Amino acid sequence: MSSDKNNINLKLKVWRQKNSQTEGAFETLDAKNVSPDASFLEMLDAVNEDLIKKDKEPIVFDHDCREGICGSCGFMINGEAHGPQKGTTVCQLHMRHFNDGEELVLEPWRATAFPVIKDLMCDRSALDRIIRAGGYISVNTGNAQDANNIPIPKPDADEAFMSATCIGCGACVASCKNASAALFTSAKITHLALLPQGRVEQDQRALDMVAQMDAEGFGACTTTGACSAACPKEISLINIAKMNREYLRASVLKKEELSGGGDG
Amino acid sequence: MLNFLKSTVGRKYIMGITGLVWMGFILGHMAGNMLIFLGPEAFNSYGHSIVSNKILLYGTEIALILAIIGHVTSAISLTLENRAAKGTRYAVMPKGEKASTWASRNMGAQGSAILAFIILHLITFKYGAHYETTVNGVVMRDLHKLVLEVFMKPGYVAWYVVCLLLLLFHLSHGAHSVFQSFGILERKMQAPLKKIAWAYAAVVAGGFLSQPIYVFLVNR
Ligand code: HEM
Ligand code: SF4
Ligand code: FES
Repeated sequence: MSSDKNNINLKLKVWRQKNSQTEGAFETLDAKNVSPDASFLEMLDAVNEDLIKKDKEPIVFDHDCREGICGSCGFMINGEAHGPQKGTTVCQLHMRHFNDGEELVLEPWRATAFPVIKDLMCDRSALDRIIRAGGYISVNTGNAQDANNIPIPKPDADEAFMSATCIGCGACVASCKNASAALFTSAKITHLALLPQGRVEQDQRALDMVAQMDAEGFGACTTTGACSAACPKEISLINIAKMNREYLRASVLKKEELSGGGDG
Repeated sequence: MLNFLKSTVGRKYIMGITGLVWMGFILGHMAGNMLIFLGPEAFNSYGHSIVSNKILLYGTEIALILAIIGHVTSAISLTLENRAAKGTRYAVMPKGEKASTWASRNMGAQGSAILAFIILHLITFKYGAHYETTVNGVVMRDLHKLVLEVFMKPGYVAWYVVCLLLLLFHLSHGAHSVFQSFGILERKMQAPLKKIAWAYAAVVAGGFLSQPIYVFLVNR
């Protein structure tokens, strides 16, 4: 499907930073003759081709699937994580949403826990460590069960599925004025706590994942809702309410020796 | 439990519980003060009945002091940590839904003004000039006279109005955030709760505002 819009020219103000040790700065680059059918990353690919031809360093950005499912991509476009389109990763954002002559400011995710590696790419392994602290099920569940072998109420299955759609991109942290990872962490905690397989370790998981989240240096939730509005999977704030409840319950029920301690 | 109290989530529970204690108090305080519209006798008798009930008086005072200490200490520690967690700010700020509200961004500043207000308020009224009057044969403090005196001063009324507007914003955010912090929120309650929080904030701030404005404009 080709759109009837004409090709456009854009001015890009891109954050260029050599590595986590050096200071970065904005560089202004032209994106010329951009097809409205191109994705945002394809547009950057073309800009990079030009840079390479001129013997300059291409812009570094994270990406993998380019289908909106892996969570690798992501940076700020004019202050918005993944750009202006709701519920969309930047790899699935298309250039038809921009106008000829527009200036776009591209910045990496900003959070102390996400140090910039280079240009628009930052280190999000803090999220992996939160998962490692408890975002899994220890028991070996064997082969996939027959459908309906383990009855799960439809509302629970739906909620769990909605939470499970989180792709771990970090846009929630990036959009939060406190760089809080509450939306990400709570999506994982809620997803597993709603299902019978996950319920077994529900308390320990809540303690450990919250402890790791704090140890990584993410901020606290102040209920601004910016995370959920920016989330490409539209994960609801309700997950954070549920996480807090889980954490309180686990803290009250669990003996002290089992309470979580982050390794950060 | 110690880990709980140190965690970000646990400290939000403290902010919430202590915030709720004060939310309850200021609603009652505002409603009671409405007696100013009924004249000196009703207002002074109400004040007298409160200070006469020592258990109620000291119980409330202790609860409020503990609550404000808990609220302010967790507010300071969380606000500082949140700033450190963000580090560098963006060159461009988002608009619309992806932005945070003015109220939510400035909770600390509003809170600091409210704290200053509470202290000054206590100095002015609780520890202020002691007039006496007699209602139905009982000698009691004439707070009504003091209130009229204070609310005739334009500077004081202006300070009152500013602080109450800040309180309006603090509560508009706080009164819905607290339910999120407590985790007693369900999906379908999210939108209505924001409205309820604003309604509560408007009733409290509007009620408190009506009193000095009434005295200043009408009751001269
Ligand atoms: C009449 C007095 C006050 C009331 C009724 C009140 C109420 C509240 C409520 C209900 C919350 C929400 C808690 C939550 O999200 O769990 C809150 C948050 C907060 N309050 Fe207060 N507060 C008062 C005074 C203060 C004072 C004196 C300060 C600081 C000096 C302060 C600073 C804060 C801060 C920084 C937050 C955190 C905002 C956030 O996490 O989004 N407040 N307040
Ligand atoms: S909650 Fe949303 S924004 Fe946050 S990591 Fe998951 S998918 Fe990305
Ligand atoms: S590259 Fe996989 S989600 Fe964007």
